[in-house]
Amino acid sequence: MTLPLQDPQLATETGAEPSRRSGFLRTVLRERKAAVIGLAIIVFFIVLSIIAPYISPYSITQQTCAVYAPPSAAHWLGCDDGGIDMLSEIMQGGRISLIVGFAATLVAMIIGGGVGILSGYFTGAVDVALMRVTDYLIVIPDLVFMIVIASVWGASLFHVIMVIGILEWTTTARIIRAQVMSLRERVYVKRTRALGAGHLRIIGKHILPQVGPLLMANTVLTIAIAIYLETALAFLGLEDPTVTTWGTILEHAFERTAISSGAWWAIVPDGIVIAVLIAGCFLFGQAIEDALNPRLKVAHLSVRRWRLRPLVGRGPDAI
Amino acid sequence: MRGADYVIKRGFFAIVTIFVAITINFFLFRVLPGSAVTDLSRVPHASPQLQHALTVEFGLDKPKWQQYFIYLAQLAHGNMGISFAYQQPVSQLLIADLKNTIPMVTVGTLAAIVVGVATGVLSAWRRGSPPDHVSTNAAIFAYAFPTQWLGLMLLILFAGTLPAGGMENPFVFGTEPFWPHLGDIATHMILPAATLMLTAYGSYTLVIRSALLETLGEDYVLTARAKGLPHRHILWRHAMRNAMLPLVTLVALDLGLIVGGALLIEVIFSWPGIGLAMYTAIGQRDYPMLQGGFLILTVSVILLNFAADLLYFRLDPRISQ
Repeated sequence: MTLPLQDPQLATETGAEPSRRSGFLRTVLRERKAAVIGLAIIVFFIVLSIIAPYISPYSITQQTCAVYAPPSAAHWLGCDDGGIDMLSEIMQGGRISLIVGFAATLVAMIIGGGVGILSGYFTGAVDVALMRVTDYLIVIPDLVFMIVIASVWGASLFHVIMVIGILEWTTTARIIRAQVMSLRERVYVKRTRALGAGHLRIIGKHILPQVGPLLMANTVLTIAIAIYLETALAFLGLEDPTVTTWGTILEHAFERTAISSGAWWAIVPDGIVIAVLIAGCFLFGQAIEDALNPRLKVAHLSVRRWRLRPLVGRGPDAI
Repeated sequence: MRGADYVIKRGFFAIVTIFVAITINFFLFRVLPGSAVTDLSRVPHASPQLQHALTVEFGLDKPKWQQYFIYLAQLAHGNMGISFAYQQPVSQLLIADLKNTIPMVTVGTLAAIVVGVATGVLSAWRRGSPPDHVSTNAAIFAYAFPTQWLGLMLLILFAGTLPAGGMENPFVFGTEPFWPHLGDIATHMILPAATLMLTAYGSYTLVIRSALLETLGEDYVLTARAKGLPHRHILWRHAMRNAMLPLVTLVALDLGLIVGGALLIEVIFSWPGIGLAMYTAIGQRDYPMLQGGFLILTVSVILLNFAADLLYFRLDPRISQ
């Protein structure tokens, strides 16, 4: 009933926007237990991988015990096929796994955020072209595609990061696009445009800060996917053979007869660590998404969260 | 009329996607350093004349776009090239592998749907109770564990009691009658299919749970309650029918995950399917096999997605409006 253009309240509201945004994360953490647990897990693993070389009990390049020695007081998680302490390996393997997870996600967010913003902001032909590409990439089975690219490029850490990064941006692009499309129709954006602001200024000053929290939720969820995919690629022998990651620990255990030797300690702790970190990312990312958009709790919209996949072209509610 | 539009639109999308996959498949392998000629002319004293003759013979002197059309024409005839490692046509090898993959993936996916629906319904029906917490948290963790780890765990737990690898007992030389042979394959299938079930079921549980909670809150469910219908009837006949819609979407969207998971599972359990063939091809640098495997898996996923679109249209006519 009030005309938004003449509403004096609106100006102060948009002016107060930055402080409200910075408080957003705090609100989520205060109101949602899952967010606290998730964030605690993520922070724990980040800290652990930073200090791992200083606190890990043994070297991961030198033999310190017998081959597949079972867990003991000296080696809490036993040893692997080369007589290397498993606990030290898991602590330090997390470093590379996290680097792959974060770097691949950064690539994915740059592409996905960029495509989403361009597509949602400019609409028209740009939108059609970019969304077609996105739709095709969504349908192609990602792990199979990654295997093909990674084996063509050769096994290296950089290639693993790039392969995951350039294929896991599609969901983010779709979600960001939907958000930007609604943002560009908001009154204050229209008003800024009427005042003569250029595209760069509108995107940088008004659109980007608004999609920030959504981008953050997607970042956290994509990190989980990236870490998951890294273990899969490593398991298939497409990871750099000189590095130790959570993925290569599983690969080595499988390739080098940990199972027939009964060395469960070379397999079990590693998988638990991976699962705890991935679950932590899901809890945190979902809590942010739920706080942003309570509508996601509705079943047909929440489908996406569990596979990080949008519903393409299925009805008006499709993201 | 709108319905026909929808089907045509989705069908057109499927065809274009297949075409895109084929094009990616062609150009991806053309950026590789070297060619078939470099490989063959590694023999001692390979003269430039020999190299040239080979280049012409393979058509590699033609421009890329011409090679691309030749590739398309050959593909249309079912020619996917010759495997480097086996010296046999890729299409024959991979179709034989695909026949082993399909039953395992089907059984695993169906098991995942059954378990997911059962635990999801239990969770929604007994919302907030201990069974709900157990099944929801189990679902989150089943989803978070890497597929290959779940497979290895099953191997550790059941090695000795169940067959740990392969598809049939290699010491029975095809002499067994049909039924015992089928039973043999089925026992070999238990662990791989169970791993696939564990990988996929978690997301089904959570989606069925939230979909059911949503439909259970609808007015028509309240009406059914007021009419005094038995709970079981309300749950399965009234609420579940609408709650199944998101599941169809999810199963279709999950196909990529299932195919990727199946690949890892086949490696762990030496299941002689298309995933194991691709894994072997990575180690042998057998590019035609990799190319063929990628194409077959991608086209299958695209076609199944199209099938899911049609099914969804059949289940929910609202989408064409």
